[in-house]
Amino acid sequence: MMPFRMVWLWSDLLVWLLVAGVIAFIFYTRARPHLRSPWVRVGRSASGMAAATVLSVFLLIGLLDSVHFRMALPPQDGKRVYSTQVESLLDRAVIVLRLTREKTYSAPLATHLFSKETVQDADGTEMRVYPRLRHGGSHLSNPERDWAGDVATRAFRGLAWALLAWFVSAITVCAVLARNAGVGMEQSWSDIWRGRKAVQWRAILCASAFLCVMAGPLIALAPYYHVFGTDKVGQDVLYQALKSIRTGLVIGTLATLVMLPFALVLGVMAGYFKGMVDDSIQYLYTTLSSIPGVLLIAAAVLMMQVYIENHAEIFPTTEIRADVRLLALCVILGITSWTGLCRLLRGETLKLRELEYIQAAHAFGVSHWRIMMRHIVPNVMHIVMIALVMDFSGLVLAEAVLSYVGVGVDPSMLSFGTMINSARLEMAREPMVWWALAAAFAFMLALVLAANLFADAVRDAYDPRLVVGART
Amino acid sequence: MTGYILRRLIYGIFVLVGVNVLTFALFFFVNSPDDMARAQLGVKRVTPEAVEKWKRERGYDKPLFINEKSSRFERVTDTVFFEKSVKLFAFEFGASDQGRNIGYDISTRMWPSLAVQLPAFIVGLLVYISFALLMAFFRATYIDFWGVVLCVVMMSISTLFYIIGGQFVFGKLWNLVPISGYETGFDAVKFLALPVLIGIIGGIGGSSRWYRTIFLEEISKDYVRTARAKGLPETRVMFRHVLQNAMIPILTGVVVVIPLLFMGALITESFFGIPGLGSYTIDAITQQDFAIVRAMVFLGSVLYIIGLILTDVSYTLVDPRVRFS
Repeated sequence: MMPFRMVWLWSDLLVWLLVAGVIAFIFYTRARPHLRSPWVRVGRSASGMAAATVLSVFLLIGLLDSVHFRMALPPQDGKRVYSTQVESLLDRAVIVLRLTREKTYSAPLATHLFSKETVQDADGTEMRVYPRLRHGGSHLSNPERDWAGDVATRAFRGLAWALLAWFVSAITVCAVLARNAGVGMEQSWSDIWRGRKAVQWRAILCASAFLCVMAGPLIALAPYYHVFGTDKVGQDVLYQALKSIRTGLVIGTLATLVMLPFALVLGVMAGYFKGMVDDSIQYLYTTLSSIPGVLLIAAAVLMMQVYIENHAEIFPTTEIRADVRLLALCVILGITSWTGLCRLLRGETLKLRELEYIQAAHAFGVSHWRIMMRHIVPNVMHIVMIALVMDFSGLVLAEAVLSYVGVGVDPSMLSFGTMINSARLEMAREPMVWWALAAAFAFMLALVLAANLFADAVRDAYDPRLVVGART
Repeated sequence: MTGYILRRLIYGIFVLVGVNVLTFALFFFVNSPDDMARAQLGVKRVTPEAVEKWKRERGYDKPLFINEKSSRFERVTDTVFFEKSVKLFAFEFGASDQGRNIGYDISTRMWPSLAVQLPAFIVGLLVYISFALLMAFFRATYIDFWGVVLCVVMMSISTLFYIIGGQFVFGKLWNLVPISGYETGFDAVKFLALPVLIGIIGGIGGSSRWYRTIFLEEISKDYVRTARAKGLPETRVMFRHVLQNAMIPILTGVVVVIPLLFMGALITESFFGIPGLGSYTIDAITQQDFAIVRAMVFLGSVLYIIGLILTDVSYTLVDPRVRFS
């Protein structure tokens, strides 16, 4: 018997399905040089590869957070009992962050609470003091004296370990590349450094060095301090930020996945058949796009909220309810945002259908369906690919705004939007509580910036002239 | 020209009918009025009488499409669809679920929205175009490179950060402007300065980068080479030829948003406490006032369609190659 029971949330299944799809795509692409060539160009782009390195770290955290299970409790009356709490691999990995709850706010790396409390002394006199934290810096006997030294040594030690790890992996990469190319280590290193390899290893190494410098001290300090402080209910802000990553990734990817079939099928059909089909599809997307995006999303989410409230019996646990809400949000975002891509695909198909090879296919009596599938869809895939990567960052940013408006993810689900939403009133406090906001914005900036840079690299590789993603 | 505009107008009305039907389906088919009433009154511990009363007070107790009990015209007019949806075409927005007059609210609240949006729009456009032109003029130099880097970084930052950061720096740290609030008349300037500034800054990244690509595309065309071959100085090529011709694609993206300026900016207005349509919408969403959300969806679509028609018209005015078809 296993000490845990797997819990598959709907979004987990879709995420892993997506991962399987991406792996299948990679294998399919590897064998075909004409499909591989744009990705080879992405590999040559320094900013693209650096961004990909950062993105892969976010992706790893997101995937770890997409494996859910319930731990077994000590057996009662010979029966196996599982905890009611659904945890993910990430939760287990950072369990120290999850369980070390303070009473309320505490500043980053603090050893004392942020607000004063009345404490009774041994002889019964009451005093207003800043009490010690339960976990942050609790290993220090005299925080006033030892705090700075302890933080500095731990941070430095973490940094040293991280740099060592980076150095070892850099040497390994260099050695592997040297073996593959059949040259010496020195030659290989200089090739990497001068950017003479097919892949911009220098950018990858620089980005991972940067990540190591950031993550090393963080990992070393996190078990002993709240590196980004704690929020109002005393939860570690770093933990919240880590959990928010999955929400952002799920929204960014699944919403585009929902949008894709609509845009592709309708866009290609409109461009290929023209006439009545084109008119009705154009009418459909003009109608949808004439409603201001946020309003349409808000209206749809409001209706979904009412539905969930009135059908509470379908959603037994908070996790499932929050998960269904997340998926519904993805579906709504997808349905409201396919119009732009659809218009682009229609235009491209209109152009393609007049070309000679399509005319030839017509002359040979190839069916409409087959012409669309074999001759048109593969030739508009570059637009689809570009739209996929370009939309991601916009969706992550949109989630934050929607959660602020109150039509985003479930309030119980951690996301950048809910973090910002719950932290915004804290700016008005005196003295100010800034760390939750700062952490949310910093993580979000890193994710979105990496996604934008990667999207630019992909766009340049597929079609340097195409202007997609220009929003009005 | 008249015929063309007329055709576009009729098409626009068709689109509005579609919007109307879609919103109606969304608001009355996904959840029944009973569900809405319960959501408003609190799902549990609500008596059927309270639900009925809520519905009756707001006119949701009528049949959806056809009222069998009434006679003649009222069979169609005395229904939820006619009362709540068809009347929108006459801009009769009716009362909100809280009993406020939506039409009156809109007419008073659109001016503060416009007061923020219009300066932000005009100054913003100037800033974006100048910045894009600067990058295009110094293309393939360090100015261009770092300009693009700045754009990408700025478009990766959430609007919420600009707003919260701006309020903190200008409002709290430097005490230059009040953090939020609004006044009518000339005093409004001090309340408007920061929202306008943030509106402009928030758009720099995306817009400037987009305009830059438009300029660069224009620069690579043959007539620019001809102009250079004639010996025109680069500044004259840029300002006289490239700028004018690049205005055509820029115009398409810009004119369509002009009517939407009335709708205000949702987030900005709610953060700065500006009593415009944006904060009105947000309040309606948080209070789950479905009548206001329906009205705003309709109003937004009307303004967007006006924007589309304006775009078509302006296109034909600035680009003689475009013929009405």
